[in-house]
Amino acid sequence: MTSTPLVVLENVNKHFGDLHVLRDINLTVNSGEVVVVIGPSGSGKSTLCRTINRLETIDSGTITLDGQPLPAEGRALAKLRSDVGMVFQSFNLFAHKTVLQNVTLGPMKVLRSKKADAEKRGMELLERVQIADQAHKYPAQLSGGQQQRVAIARALAMNPKVILFDEPTSALDPEMVQEVLDVMTDLAKEGMTMVVVTHEMGFARRAAKRVVFMADGQIVEENTPDEFFGSPRTERARDFLSKILTH
Amino acid sequence: MEAFLSNIDRVVDGFSWTVRLTLLSALFSFVLGVLLTAMRVSPVPLLRGLSTAYVEGIRNTPLTLVLLFCGLGLNSALGLSMADSVAWDVFWWAVIGLSAYTACFVSESLRAGINTIPLGQVEAARSLGLTFTQNLRLIVIPQALRTVVGPLGSVLIALTKNTTVASVAGLGVQEASREMKLMFDQGIAPVLPTFVGFAIGFLILVLPMGYFFGWLAKRVAVVR
Repeated sequence: MTSTPLVVLENVNKHFGDLHVLRDINLTVNSGEVVVVIGPSGSGKSTLCRTINRLETIDSGTITLDGQPLPAEGRALAKLRSDVGMVFQSFNLFAHKTVLQNVTLGPMKVLRSKKADAEKRGMELLERVQIADQAHKYPAQLSGGQQQRVAIARALAMNPKVILFDEPTSALDPEMVQEVLDVMTDLAKEGMTMVVVTHEMGFARRAAKRVVFMADGQIVEENTPDEFFGSPRTERARDFLSKILTH
Repeated sequence: MEAFLSNIDRVVDGFSWTVRLTLLSALFSFVLGVLLTAMRVSPVPLLRGLSTAYVEGIRNTPLTLVLLFCGLGLNSALGLSMADSVAWDVFWWAVIGLSAYTACFVSESLRAGINTIPLGQVEAARSLGLTFTQNLRLIVIPQALRTVVGPLGSVLIALTKNTTVASVAGLGVQEASREMKLMFDQGIAPVLPTFVGFAIGFLILVLPMGYFFGWLAKRVAVVR
């Protein structure tokens, strides 16, 4: 596994009106690394995740992907986004397209793949997330867990350099969380670079190479999962962990 | 009633022009309406401004004035001609006026449809690397259209009936209601049965539209 920096955030700041949602964020995600971002609600985790493909703009600082600064807009930005997969909390599958069409749209329209090639690869990916038998259904006909697995296949179809997961299991019924986490764990094992915002501490322990703990718009602590969960260094992290781990 | 039925060929001819005006104006107003909507949601302020000004300007002008402007203003006063024969010249000016007017309502319906699309659909498309126009063409407009099939049906019904304004507003275009008035003027048809006959003619034309669009709206609806 290489350790070339793939995503680098330097001194990133962002405000929503008076609210300072990201404060001097410095974060490097290396190629092949799985970074899990955790923290209380409103700590800026999702916003951080969304700045990496510029679904959120930033006020100051720099973000580079594979050495290239994020373009502000236009075709250059679209090109960059095609290299960054994104999986949303609310799945966001295209409601008017079938499962297979959801997976082939990006390759056909952005990468200019031939329809037959895109469909062949699309079916392979759907096979991999174990949903190939639903290929011709519409998203609304699937369960949440199934929709989220399709969303992961849709992101993979673009052969992204990194995939961002923005609370991918938060909108799921409890019995469907595991099927999505299983797919993500497999991806992590295969060496996909992933930034995962989640409340699933089990996944963080199992799959993360690094845990980033955020509170009040700042990165408070950054460590390996064993170190972070075993002996958190900051009071803020200890407090957070005591609240979520002792039920 | 016999007098009306003995002139049935004139009635049918009148309605055939109504249908032609409606179909052509529907086509052009649809294309222009989609274009206006695309401009309205574009990130370019100038395009947004132009679209807003056009829609607010024309939508709030009576159709009679729009058609008079086309007929008396552009055609007669400025001498702009669309065809060699007078009949076709006024016909095309009527199509232009009706399309320009109806496009505003198409655009407003479509914009309402766009507002129903969850932001996540657009963000997902962006995150795949689709450009703004691809996003509009492949995701936003198709979903918006499916949600506003019903309202667009109402726009088409209004357009069909609005074609009757084209004959009275300076253009003198041939269409059903003008044929009716001519039949009165020539004293060849009793007033009441003829009125009823033409009204039924419009019902035959418009009623199926309403049912068809109702059926289509259900069929293409986006389930979320």
